Amino acid sequence: MSENLLPQGAGPGADAQRHGNHGSYVIGFGAALLLTIASFGAASTHLVYGPSVPILLGVLAIAQMGVHVVFFFHISSAPDQTNNFMSLAFGIFVVGLIVFGSLIIMGNLNHMMPSMEKIIDMQR
Amino acid sequence: MTSGELTPGIGDDAIPLSERGPAPKRVVVGFGFWLFLLSDIVIFAGLFATYAVLSDAVAGGPSGPTLFDRSRVFTETLCLLVSSVTCGFGLLAIQQRNATRAYVWMFATFVLGALFLKQEIAEFSAMVALGAGPTRSAFLSAFYTLVGTHGIHVTAGLAWLLGMIAQLLTLGFQPMVQRRFFCFALFWHALDIVWIGVFTIVYLGAH
Repeated sequence: MSENLLPQGAGPGADAQRHGNHGSYVIGFGAALLLTIASFGAASTHLVYGPSVPILLGVLAIAQMGVHVVFFFHISSAPDQTNNFMSLAFGIFVVGLIVFGSLIIMGNLNHMMPSMEKIIDMQR
Repeated sequence: MTSGELTPGIGDDAIPLSERGPAPKRVVVGFGFWLFLLSDIVIFAGLFATYAVLSDAVAGGPSGPTLFDRSRVFTETLCLLVSSVTCGFGLLAIQQRNATRAYVWMFATFVLGALFLKQEIAEFSAMVALGAGPTRSAFLSAFYTLVGTHGIHVTAGLAWLLGMIAQLLTLGFQPMVQRRFFCFALFWHALDIVWIGVFTIVYLGAH
C-alpha cells in the first residue's frame, strides 16, 4: 500500500506532504504580505473613509487567516479532508460563540447598568 | 488535488469502514494535533473577547494609541510571516531528507522568532517604564494577558524548535522526528494566525 492510499482520510497538511512543493508557501506568503500591507495602510493613512476602516480591517484579517489556512495549513474541502474541515468549522463556530456572545452580553449589561447616582439613590 | 488523483478506497463504499484497518500514525498524530490547535485557539478567543470588552476601560491611564508603535508592530508581523514560510520550507526539506536545507530553514525560523520576541519584550519593558504596567488599568491587564499569552506560545515554540534541531542531529530523519516537526510546523502557523487577530484588533483597532 503506497503513501497515497489513505482510506481513513488524510491529516492536516496532507497535500503538502504528497506533492511537496515550495510554490504554495510562496503564493501564500505573497498574498499574506499584500493583505498585511493593506491592513496597516488602511489603518495608518486617510485613503479609506474613516468609519469604514474597522470593517475593512476585519475583512482583510479574515481573508489573511483564510490564506494561511489554505496555503500554510493546506486544509481544504477535499473528500479525504472531511475530518479536518469539519473540526475547523466547529472551531470557528465556538470562537464566534465566545467572542460575539461575550460582546453582546457585556454590551447589554453595560446598557442595563444604572448610573452611579442612581445606585447611591437606591441605597438611601 | 484533482479528483483524478484520488485513489480508490477514498469515498469508495466497496470497503466498509470497519474493515479498512487503523489509520496510519502520521494521520492520527496530525489530526490529534490539529484538534489541540483548535482548542488552543478557543483559549485565545476567550482572551480576545476579554480584551474587546475591556479595551475602553483605561481608568484615566494611557490608552492604546498613545502607547503602541505601529512601525514596530509591522516589523514584528513581517518576522512572524517570513518565519512561517521558512518553517514550511524546513518541513519540506525534512520530508525530502535534505539535512543542509533542513538546518538552514530551522535556524532561519529560530532567528526570526527570536527577533519577534526581542521586539515584544522591548515594547513591554518600554511600556512598564512609562508606568503602563499590567496593574495600571483593566485595558492594560487585558492587553498584557492577550499579547503575553501569544508571546509565551512563541517562547514555547522556540524551545520546541531547539529540541527538534537537537533531535535531528542525534536521531536523524526518523519517522517520529518527521512527525514531531510536522506538528511543530502546524503550531508555528497557528501562532501566526493568532497574531493576525492581535495586530488587527489590538494594534490597528486602537482608537
